[in-house]
Amino acid sequence: MAKLYTPAMAKIDRRKAREAKHRDPNAKSSPTREAWKRLKRNRLAIVGMIVLILIIIIAIIGPWIIPYDYTEYDYENTLAKPSAEHLMGTDNYGRDILSRLIIGTRISVPVGFLCVIAAFAIGGTLGALAAFYGGKVDMIIMRVLDIFQSVPPMLMAIAVVAVLGGGVVNLVLSIVISSLPARARIVRASILTVKRNDYIESARAMGASSGRQLVKYMLPNALGPILTSFTFSVATAILTISSLSYIGLGITEPTPEWGAMLSAGKTLIRTAPHVLLFPGLAIMITVLALNLFGDGIRDALDPRLK
Amino acid sequence: MGRYILNRLLWMIPVILGVLLIAFFLSSVAPGDPVDQILGADAPIEDKEAMREQLGLNDPFFVRYGRYVIGIVTRGDLGNSYKTGQPVLKEIISKFPNTFRLTVWAVLVALLIGIPLGVIAAVRQYSVVDNATMVFALFGVSVPQFWFALMMMLVFAVKLKWLPAITTGKGALGWVLPVAMVGIANVGMIARTTRSSMLEVIRQDYIRTARAKGQKEGKVIFKHALRNSLIPVAATLGNTIASSLGGSIIAESIFSVNGVGLYMLNAINGRDWPAVQGGLAFLAVVFSFVMLFIDLLYTVIDPRLKDEFNAKNKLAANRRAAKRKAREASRASAQA
Repeated sequence: MAKLYTPAMAKIDRRKAREAKHRDPNAKSSPTREAWKRLKRNRLAIVGMIVLILIIIIAIIGPWIIPYDYTEYDYENTLAKPSAEHLMGTDNYGRDILSRLIIGTRISVPVGFLCVIAAFAIGGTLGALAAFYGGKVDMIIMRVLDIFQSVPPMLMAIAVVAVLGGGVVNLVLSIVISSLPARARIVRASILTVKRNDYIESARAMGASSGRQLVKYMLPNALGPILTSFTFSVATAILTISSLSYIGLGITEPTPEWGAMLSAGKTLIRTAPHVLLFPGLAIMITVLALNLFGDGIRDALDPRLK
Repeated sequence: MGRYILNRLLWMIPVILGVLLIAFFLSSVAPGDPVDQILGADAPIEDKEAMREQLGLNDPFFVRYGRYVIGIVTRGDLGNSYKTGQPVLKEIISKFPNTFRLTVWAVLVALLIGIPLGVIAAVRQYSVVDNATMVFALFGVSVPQFWFALMMMLVFAVKLKWLPAITTGKGALGWVLPVAMVGIANVGMIARTTRSSMLEVIRQDYIRTARAKGQKEGKVIFKHALRNSLIPVAATLGNTIASSLGGSIIAESIFSVNGVGLYMLNAINGRDWPAVQGGLAFLAVVFSFVMLFIDLLYTVIDPRLKDEFNAKNKLAANRRAAKRKAREASRASAQA
């Protein structure tokens, strides 16, 4: 979170940096390096980053570390409470919940990233074109996006996925469509701030083509706010995926998606609440880690914003 | 100002047409044949064709869309539900008060808790209250709403039996859990926005001036600082309402609130596309009007925006005049 890096700390940092320079005249310094240094000092952001890396590792090696087969029914042992044998208990078919959660990371996390990458690729292109060309192009693109934004994102996602039907591809599509205007706006705003810089002017004077100006000079310099909102967007996407699956419109049983697991377990709230506890915790920890890391990136990239 | 409001009102026409187009397009690509839904899948083909012709389903897309819009504008006709045969608009209007109540309460609760928390956190920066508020805010944006609702239901309805788990027919107590569920995410967002904007305002010169002239601290905070720091909060109000409306749809399904969201979800499961389309169009149009209202409210809170708008208009008018002059000049020179 924002608060750990105080102005007093910033002052100390600046002094340390000065001293370090005196000691080692060859010390390298670049904006990226500086940002990384600031990020490293933000303990909560580092915790978020480590948790995130752990989750990604779990997602990669998942199939080799699960204690039980996540699809295996065990009717002798349904709704078992958490124990040494089944650390998180079993569900109504006797499937090991921990194993299903681990396999679940292989769905929520990559699908969440995919949604945001696709939304930024499409929305970002629209936003960049709007900002770059300005005038009529800008007006037309932004007005059309205005219309899309008149439908609340969750409502839009529900409507799209309802029409197309469930499944990963349709789920991604629904989230991309519903989040398109917001992503376009972010990219447009950051390109607009970069556009007025002198180096863009000089690139144009040197005869750089429109595409080259945009991709080579504007985009890298506009990346800060985009990167920040990227992590937050993944967090939101993961929440939306699980919400849609929970109301039965996204990924459905027997796939061990976290929201779908909660959806399947909701009738067990009186008899076996442990079935509901762990998938929710898994979602919350993942989203929390993304938010902490995102806060850290924001503070590191723009120390003035706090 | 009048010009701005007029502009904004006129812009509502394409927005609403666009929103209706989205709703109409989605339900027209939806799987399932409406004629099958009405007559049954095994009705004779001639009957189906006649029905199709009668409903105008063979017309081109934009003709059907035009008819749909005209039907809404002239008769308020959103079509009839396949399931009940009733006009969709009538059904939605009977259910909308519940959705409205849930959304409005959730937004109010978020504002009434979020803003004071943000103010306290900013005034006592780095104190226990500040840290607790920020942890709470982080929790609010990270917890999946529906899971939080289930956990509250588990604790307050199943274990403690203090609150009912179903809203409909349980009076005011029934609304506590759904409002808490929808409100939680926005409390956090609003507290964070208020805090960071308060922190910025508190360091301004006019706050120091107010203190220097001996103004009471309470007045400095609430009159001088809070008013100015509410502008970014008002700017996020649209998002707050959008997410509350989205959250309400899910809350309705969890707590069996008899609202438009539950109506739509049931319609989706029953493939009752006119009802889905009607719900989507209705909520989106209502939301567009809410956004219009917020935009207008925003110019009242922050008069600088109005000036900016007027200045922009003046600039554009000047530019147009300059262009016209240049054109006339070039024409005159060409004639000469």
